[in-house]
Amino acid sequence: MNRRQFLLTSAGLVCVGEICSCISHRHEAPFSGSILGASHNIGHLLREGKVPAATQERKVPVVIVGGGISGLSAGWKLDKAGFGEFEILELESEIGGNSRFGENQVSPYPWGAHYVPIPTKESRAVRELFEELGVIQGYTSSGQPIFEEKYLCSSPQERLYIHGRWQEGLLPLVGVTQRDLDQYERFRALVAHYKGHRGRDGRKAFCIPMELSSQDKELVALDQLSFSDFLHNEGFDSVPLNWYMNYACRDDYGCTMADVSAWAGMHYFASRDGGAGELEDSTVLTWPEGNGWIVKQLRKKLQSHVTTDALVFLIDCAPQRVTVDIYHPKENVSTRIVARDVIFACPKHLVKYIITAARSSSTQYLNEFQYAPWLVANLTLKSFPVARTGTPIAWDNVIYDSESLGYVVATHQSLRTHLPQTVFTYYYPLTGTSPTEERNRLLQTTWQTWADFILKDLSKPHPEIFALVSHLDVFRWGHAMVRPRPGFVWGRARRKAAENLDHLYFAHSDLSGFSIFEEAQYRGVLAAEHILGKYRIPFSSSL
Amino acid sequence: MTYALLISVFVIATCGLVYELIAGTLASYLLGDSVTQFSTIIGTYLFSMGMGSYLSRHIGKGLIGKFIQIELFVGILGGSSASVLFLVFSYLGTFKLILYFLVVLVGILVGLEIPLLLRILKARLQFKDLVSQVLTFDYLGALVASLLFPVFLAPKLGLVRTCFLFGLINALVAAWTAWLFREQLPQVKWIRAECGAVTLLLLLGFVYANQITALAEESLYSDEIVFAKSSPYQRIVLTRWKDDLRLFLNGHLQFSSRDEYRYHEALVHPGLQSIANPRTVLVLGGGDGLAVREILKHPSIEAVTLVDLDPEVTGLFRSNPILRQLNQDSLNSSKTKIINADAFVWLEQNPACYDFVVVDFPDPTNHSLGKLYTTAFYRLLHKHLAENGAAVIQSTSPLFARQSFWCIVRTLESVGLRATPYHTYVPSFGEWGFVIASKQTYIPPGSYLENLKFLTADTAAGLFHFPKDMHPVDVEINRLNNQVLVQYYESEWRQVTQ
Repeated sequence: MNRRQFLLTSAGLVCVGEICSCISHRHEAPFSGSILGASHNIGHLLREGKVPAATQERKVPVVIVGGGISGLSAGWKLDKAGFGEFEILELESEIGGNSRFGENQVSPYPWGAHYVPIPTKESRAVRELFEELGVIQGYTSSGQPIFEEKYLCSSPQERLYIHGRWQEGLLPLVGVTQRDLDQYERFRALVAHYKGHRGRDGRKAFCIPMELSSQDKELVALDQLSFSDFLHNEGFDSVPLNWYMNYACRDDYGCTMADVSAWAGMHYFASRDGGAGELEDSTVLTWPEGNGWIVKQLRKKLQSHVTTDALVFLIDCAPQRVTVDIYHPKENVSTRIVARDVIFACPKHLVKYIITAARSSSTQYLNEFQYAPWLVANLTLKSFPVARTGTPIAWDNVIYDSESLGYVVATHQSLRTHLPQTVFTYYYPLTGTSPTEERNRLLQTTWQTWADFILKDLSKPHPEIFALVSHLDVFRWGHAMVRPRPGFVWGRARRKAAENLDHLYFAHSDLSGFSIFEEAQYRGVLAAEHILGKYRIPFSSSL
Repeated sequence: MTYALLISVFVIATCGLVYELIAGTLASYLLGDSVTQFSTIIGTYLFSMGMGSYLSRHIGKGLIGKFIQIELFVGILGGSSASVLFLVFSYLGTFKLILYFLVVLVGILVGLEIPLLLRILKARLQFKDLVSQVLTFDYLGALVASLLFPVFLAPKLGLVRTCFLFGLINALVAAWTAWLFREQLPQVKWIRAECGAVTLLLLLGFVYANQITALAEESLYSDEIVFAKSSPYQRIVLTRWKDDLRLFLNGHLQFSSRDEYRYHEALVHPGLQSIANPRTVLVLGGGDGLAVREILKHPSIEAVTLVDLDPEVTGLFRSNPILRQLNQDSLNSSKTKIINADAFVWLEQNPACYDFVVVDFPDPTNHSLGKLYTTAFYRLLHKHLAENGAAVIQSTSPLFARQSFWCIVRTLESVGLRATPYHTYVPSFGEWGFVIASKQTYIPPGSYLENLKFLTADTAAGLFHFPKDMHPVDVEINRLNNQVLVQYYESEWRQVTQ
């Protein structure tokens, strides 16, 4: 090799090296992460009955089984009435149920429920709680609540990625025809009609809490129909309108509009009428950790009453007392509580494994409770994706042609002007086939496959997303929420499930037929007030 | 051999279309009006290809050698076209002329390619197969380029790099052809050297593409750059022309040393002078220390707290001798305390009250900055004002952004503050607006300090009068959950700059 060749070769090698490093920087972006989720293994112990027998015994007057919003709200009400002799038992290491949250060096973030719409007039308990937490700061002379501004979702609230660009709001506006727009307008009018409509019993057509809705036969009959059939019958065939309706059903109920009752479908649109003044009905309250913020506040009040890592595996009702057997997986021992009364604030599908009375009697009706599986992922990003054409990044960012619901920006409510990093919370209800099959798919799919699936989905609007992710955790919710199928909301099974036994009170959003914060809280407070009434403890009702 | 040549057809067709797409994208990116730019570029390019095809008849002997040379030319010209155009746009005024010159030249060369290849392949295929196969590969290449460009190349590699990459591919086609026909070519060595040199040049371009882009951007500032640095928050650029020093943050002018005294005197003294015996002052933003300079002219001041996000900016204005002269070393004064923090969050966490607060944030150009002009922020500001204190808010131009200005005024009023709007003329900014926010009714000062260059009591009275073209307009109140100010601001300044 002569001198010239040597120089040329080395120059070439330098260039090739540089090119390789350029390319590899772009494509090799390893990130960490893992699968998290409800403790399936411990939960399955319930079914198999493989737990040690209880050794120690203690007495607690009131036991609340389940530390989700319902159980915590029951505790909140008992505590407010000055009754302190209760204990909340939670299977997981953290309370909160569907409102659990996580936190890293960038931001807190939700693992599930992430907002509460501004409460309706009838959601009295929600308003009371929000006054206590400083979310409602007072009322105007006309009686409208004044909200703490930093808890109202900042603008822009929502955007939709459709036909290669971001538009403001979720109702598709890009590439729609006049015919679509006419149907939007007709649907708006229908919603407005139902918002103002009262049944023959004088109650609102669609109310939150749902128990206060009208029982007018004509309205309740909507429950027999699927939402998609209802829209079809009403002549709503616009493709983008139907997309939006289906999106709304997946978002709130975890299933498609063919699996949602028309009553539940209309309830989503017509029940939220809390808007007033400069606030629209669609305004929501949100926090970086989602509804986990409310859990944090309740935890402060109820900390001394909570026992975590406590799996209740047997509840036995005798005439004068209830025994509650608890397995503590960390210590691998079981204990027993003898209680006067128990509030069962868990999903209904657990009843047949835990409650002895249910084991002996017919539990056929419990099969009516079907649950939607969900996947939630939190992606920690090194920086925000590049802003391209259209509406800048919003709180809720939805992708039109996607199975997922898009992502929510956990740092959206931050008051900082400069945010180097952020966390995106990705929501994906598995609505493909039957809940059982989809649940199996959820549990059998590996972290790597989920990570690939999520990044592929997000790369539609953000081609560079792969290079931005530094951490990606996946949370599996096997039984995320009860499905308000046609016939379920006003059917026999749900009503029967809400009937209390002698010393056993039921509380959970399952009893309302769909999983939203207001319903979970309502059911918890209702159960607590039953017990307060029974004990003749004076209280003013929150409901 | 035949297939090797057909693959060349495919590759050069891809390259050819990519150059066309790059020229079109660049033109619409730099000149705007994408429909016109794309349309005229495509037209010119296709026409030039036609010219190339016509000219191909004049190429006689040594077909293969000529083909290789044309490939190398296309590689060099096409490959460097994006960087050349970027640099030309930044440094010369004749962008369009050079753009179309390059498009014509590349078009002619690309137009030569296919006819020459047809002739090379003529002996190997029947006419009907020849036409069908060559055109098939030609159109296939076009399809690949048109899909690859928007989906992968432009977003991932960027225009400059994409361009060099395809130049390289052209050069490699040349080298490959030279190798295929190594036995028929005269002067093979010479041709090989040419191929090597062109490849090397394009490789260098590919690797140093970022530096080329940076070079082009620097020149967008008209004056000599004396300082430039990127902090995690922004790009800081200081320029100088004769005795005029200018600070740019992310390309936005912050001050010109020739007239900044007008801005800063008007910002500080009407408010501060109205307070009896002010002692503590808070400055939010204003990391250049120029507002602090004005504040320290008041002898009763005991402590100034400056909260600015970027330590690079405050560091620069504390250390650079010219800048320290400009701010009269206000940031190194024993009375001044500098805190590098996000103002909104800092204000939430600190309970202290101040006699006077200067709110000198950047204009509300995006939702992040828009938060600093909301009811939520002004409620917080209210809590930090002493009972007889006042705050002043830089409020963009009441002339160019009239709705924005009055939106700030109304938003301040909506949280229970008394708002007193005023304005002044700053040559490098234009007509500029401020609002004094106070708990008590604002009473303009009877006199101003002697050592000011601009303000006197008798002329200051005029600042509070608004001519008809700046009169109040009906606006909404700016809240976190509506951010109307960002929308007002964007629509108003768009009208001014277009």
